[in-house]
Amino acid sequence: MPPSTPKRDFWRGMRDGAPFILVIIPFGALFGVVATEAGLNVFEVLTFSVVVIAGAAQFTALQLMAEDVPLVIVLISALAVNLRMAMYSAALTPYLGAAPVWQRALVAYFTLDQSFAVSSVTFEREPAMPVSNRVAYFLGAALAVSPLWWAATVAGALLGKSVPEWMALDFAIPITFLAIIAPMLRTLPHVIAALVSVVMALLFAFLPYNLGLLVAGVAAMMAGAEAERQIENRRRGTEAVQ
Amino acid sequence: MITTSEIWVVIVGLGLGSFLLRFSFTGMVGARNLPAWVLRHLRYTAVALLPGLVAPLVVWPAATGGSPDGPRMIAAAATILVGLVTRNVLAAIVAGATGLYLSLYLLG
Repeated sequence: MPPSTPKRDFWRGMRDGAPFILVIIPFGALFGVVATEAGLNVFEVLTFSVVVIAGAAQFTALQLMAEDVPLVIVLISALAVNLRMAMYSAALTPYLGAAPVWQRALVAYFTLDQSFAVSSVTFEREPAMPVSNRVAYFLGAALAVSPLWWAATVAGALLGKSVPEWMALDFAIPITFLAIIAPMLRTLPHVIAALVSVVMALLFAFLPYNLGLLVAGVAAMMAGAEAERQIENRRRGTEAVQ
Repeated sequence: MITTSEIWVVIVGLGLGSFLLRFSFTGMVGARNLPAWVLRHLRYTAVALLPGLVAPLVVWPAATGGSPDGPRMIAAAATILVGLVTRNVLAAIVAGATGLYLSLYLLG
């Protein structure tokens, strides 16, 4: 098989990212609607989506601002929601760490749940892929969804309350995230981490400023890491006996 | 009420902070290796934060004023089930949307 060109991998990334269009449009439109109801104008809504380009963090910030929470807490809580981006960055480092810094910066800006999910599967499956092709593939996957994210937020802001209630768009968020989470539950430690996260988040939901999520996140990360360590130790113990 | 200056502080602050998070490892670590225990914890960041983010939205949805809602529970269960079985994000979304609309229509 002849080696693929970065250009061809860009389009392949775009094709692989395309299914997420279904999610991005209602999710983005919902942000536009909610932001407009909270008092933002169309320009502010668009800038928000272009500068931050992270759905969950944008919703978190908006919700807390509407509740008159202090700005420092708004920023900390929304960034806490985006902490997973640092994890994505960590997971991408072995694949993209050798790329020029401007390309890594571009990849960083376009690091989304969708581009990360699609790329990590492909990079793992095709370890011989050259770095420049990986960057092209990643940006292709990101550009399949991000322009539509921007467009949909503007459309939502303009449509405003005319999005009918029976569409139950509020639930696009949980469904999107659950759909991304479920296939991630590959191993027992992943399942344990997810369960600890759910239980702790519900138990500590009474905490103000979304701090319950932080408590749940830290506890679940520790639970996952500890479960992995114990399973590894047990496996090593079994191997030593044999 | 949200003021204009508040909005811009949040847009700029959140944009900058999000970029730094996204650039943290690819930008600063580059080709260097991280300690094993750090990587072990980082591996679970996504499954540790996302379920906790969603759980309250499923159990106490804002659309019903925070009272538990049958159709939304069914939709969430359908999404998780199909996502687990098929490992396909799109199939899980379709299942969740179908579960939601069908149960809203039947139970609603």
